[in-house]
Amino acid sequence: MRKEREITVEDALREGLTKEEFSRIIELLGRKPNYTELGIFAVLWSEHCSYKSSRVHLKRLPTTSPRVLQGPGENAGVVAIDSDLALAFKIESHNHPSYIEPYQGAATGVGGILRDVFTMGARPIASLNSLRFGDPSHPRTRYLLEQVVAGIADYGNCMGIPTVGGEVYFDHSYNGNILVNAFTIGLVDPKRIIKAKAEGEGNPVFYIGAKTGRDGIHGAGLLASSSFDEEAEEKRPTVQVGDPFYEKLLLEAVMELSGSPGVIALQDMGAAGLASSSFEMASRGGVGMELFLDRVPVREPAMTPYELMLSESQERMLLVVKRGYEEEVIRVLRKWGLDAAEIGVVTSDGAITLKKDGEVVAKLPVSAVVDEAPRYERPMRRPGYLDELEIDYDKLPPPSDYNEVLAKLLSSPNLSSRSWIFTQYDHMVGTNTVIRPGADSALLRIKGRKEGIAITVDGNSTYTYLDPELGAAIAVAEAARNLACVGAEPIGLTDCLNYGSPERPEVMWQFVKGIEGIRNACLALGVPVVSGNVSFYNETREKAIDPTPIIAMVGFLPDVEIHATPWFKHEGDVIILLGDISREELGGSEYLKLIHKLKKGKPPELDLVLEGRLGALLREGIGRRLFSSVHDVSEGGIATALAECGFLPSGEVLGAEVELPSPSFRADGLLFGESQSRVIISLPRENLGEAFKLAEEKRIPLEVIGRVGGKRLRIASGGRILIDTGLSFLRKGWEEFLPQFISRGR
Amino acid sequence: MRFGVVVFPGTNCDYDTYYVLKEVLKEEVFFLWHKDRDLRGADCVILPGGFSYGDYLRAGALASFSPIMEEIVSFVEKGGLVLGICNGFQILQEAGLLPGVMLKNKNLKFICKDVFIRVERDNLPFTKKLKKGRVLRIPIAHAEGNFYLEEDELHRLEEREGVVFRYVNEDGELAPEANPNGALNGIAGVVNEKGNVLGMMPHPERVSEPLLGGDEGRLIFESVVEWLKER
Repeated sequence: MRKEREITVEDALREGLTKEEFSRIIELLGRKPNYTELGIFAVLWSEHCSYKSSRVHLKRLPTTSPRVLQGPGENAGVVAIDSDLALAFKIESHNHPSYIEPYQGAATGVGGILRDVFTMGARPIASLNSLRFGDPSHPRTRYLLEQVVAGIADYGNCMGIPTVGGEVYFDHSYNGNILVNAFTIGLVDPKRIIKAKAEGEGNPVFYIGAKTGRDGIHGAGLLASSSFDEEAEEKRPTVQVGDPFYEKLLLEAVMELSGSPGVIALQDMGAAGLASSSFEMASRGGVGMELFLDRVPVREPAMTPYELMLSESQERMLLVVKRGYEEEVIRVLRKWGLDAAEIGVVTSDGAITLKKDGEVVAKLPVSAVVDEAPRYERPMRRPGYLDELEIDYDKLPPPSDYNEVLAKLLSSPNLSSRSWIFTQYDHMVGTNTVIRPGADSALLRIKGRKEGIAITVDGNSTYTYLDPELGAAIAVAEAARNLACVGAEPIGLTDCLNYGSPERPEVMWQFVKGIEGIRNACLALGVPVVSGNVSFYNETREKAIDPTPIIAMVGFLPDVEIHATPWFKHEGDVIILLGDISREELGGSEYLKLIHKLKKGKPPELDLVLEGRLGALLREGIGRRLFSSVHDVSEGGIATALAECGFLPSGEVLGAEVELPSPSFRADGLLFGESQSRVIISLPRENLGEAFKLAEEKRIPLEVIGRVGGKRLRIASGGRILIDTGLSFLRKGWEEFLPQFISRGR
Repeated sequence: MRFGVVVFPGTNCDYDTYYVLKEVLKEEVFFLWHKDRDLRGADCVILPGGFSYGDYLRAGALASFSPIMEEIVSFVEKGGLVLGICNGFQILQEAGLLPGVMLKNKNLKFICKDVFIRVERDNLPFTKKLKKGRVLRIPIAHAEGNFYLEEDELHRLEEREGVVFRYVNEDGELAPEANPNGALNGIAGVVNEKGNVLGMMPHPERVSEPLLGGDEGRLIFESVVEWLKER
């Protein structure tokens, strides 16, 4: 091996390793690593790649069901529909890059998750995203929002993969750390799933896709695995630059290759680039590789082995080909104008050997790098703030004008229409979008089949801040409910767990509680976790974001034609409320945050057994076509949900006259409280009897609360009119917030 | 009838268009690769939407130099039917088969939403089944659909009734707020002088089945089929 300067512990620290980890590396190798080897260890032992702080806890998540073909650990999870069709999906974060360079950060976040899915041999059919921005008054928020949305739009639109939904919230806890979580789902023939397991001594290793440059070097290690500080801006060179056109070519080439007996294994060169793809593929197959770095296609001269291994240039993949099929592979890639370089060979020595200019520049045992990666059971401590969340409701004056409160809520940053965002996303390309963005779930048809696929993404970080375990469970329950509201049965989820620094015991406590909440909800609702992502270090100057577990859930409809949407359909339909209306649950509500400036209280209670029965009721009622509309009651409570039911997608409004039961508590709790497991349904009067029967059978409270009609929303309770306002007026404020917020910056 | 759907690198509405022709209209349809020099006996060639060559240089600019475009030009000269949708329209402009250029949308953003367009010509192979004045609800999805032409050329285009579709409101009236991208005279679709090349920014293939929220788009494809049958 070439002689280099001796590596010191300072070098290791600079690479993001700890002193102890550096000692462990020396112990594992029986020598000091050279610079390239140190870089490989650093990036693969980074939090981002190794899950060293989360792995022991993630084990608690349920990951199996009769449908699961691939659980966590591959590029994406796979759930079967039947023997001919399966769904591959995953969610992933791209938070740090999106804060530093929002356009490219968000764009490459989409590019990365798309590659994760098509690497499995699945053709992506839709994407979702979950975004969190700082307070709208923060000087950077407008810029970040505009750039992130543009980045997502430009990448997804060019790829021709529709972005069919998502969620966006604003909170000051994200002022220094925004969240960009991207989800993609694809269709795959279970017999043609491609895995990332390198096998067969002597099989050639191909590098396919774009050329390697000096972008995103060590991004996973240095950017994704540490907190922000004053120098965050200087980390810009660690952000990658995306080219969706190139990725579209890569997608088509991989689709053409999938099913070929020549394809042994394929992995995206995402985080940690060539280093992670080669080591992880070799590890899964229990083999080694010899790689000739001179053969890596480059777009810049004189790249060092360190740079070649750690670059995160986009739109690249590593492919193991069965010996003898090289020409077929090259022919397909050339057709699509892509680089294909045979850069190495599978070996049986269990080591990755890197050669350059005829010399060995690094040689590391795969197991030392992958299996021996550190696993930490970090200390935990219940955060002190949790003891200061109680609200003295007696000191909260009830508002004098509920119309005004409702108008404020609907035109607020968190509850206003997202149309300004989703009209920038091509949400129809692919011609599978049955329910467009803006409903409880998006719904997709599958060409050539009867079934439908519903997808949703949910998470309420106010709840998870106030109660990390309950909040996480609610995210799962809410996702399942959103699927049930269109008539779908949940069959799998993928989670993106966004937290602060795991090195702080309070954050670790929040994280572990979050996992517990997800686990309990998954077990109760029978939904497995098939893939996911942990994003730690979302903090700046020791100020962590609110814990934000995001759940993307996938549901199945036996007949895509038979589904429900949230919007009122017919004048004269009866409106019913399913679920409990007897609790005063204002804790953690948008109402408290917006009107009383309070992020306090106890989030609403959650009865997971009841949630399961509610889902079954909704699916049965929708399946029997009893309902005209079905809409989940969530942020903003019953009053907000009723208004949303009246904001028809055509741009029209359809009103409602509602009489709520007289509560034993304050009216703002009735109108704006966010009790869980509640759904507003409108239905023809003649179906009411069947609805009652169903509700009795499933033991779900049912209350007839009004009828559809007119252009106003009237809500009374106990003989008192609480809300009486024109829906067109409400709609105007609801639609105008985002475009006006953006244009105010000009 | 035989439809050829052209695939450039970066085309992404190819399969959507293919699906409508094959599964909804039950017509014969095949893909044509941009390097092909044979249109394989197509009666109608469709240039679908997408981002050919990533819209590098200008939308449609690089695709207009693909080998297949030479074949399409001579196909057009012989009277063959060509329909360009969205990026396909832009390619036909770049190839000189249709007038005008597309500027960036007036709000400078990509816009994906339903709009209303009014049928201005019903005596074309593409609009046979539509009545002049009919208003269609149809989606657009583009960042550059702001149709522009020098004043005298625009005058000539209008004079020869080259405008086939215009953005209007639900009642069929021209209105600033009904024009999504700033296109001159609300132009959403134009035809060449011979009447055999149509370019349109909206996506008829996206509203050809009721399940997807509308099926008025299929009337355009059905018009072509009917015209070809009667030919």
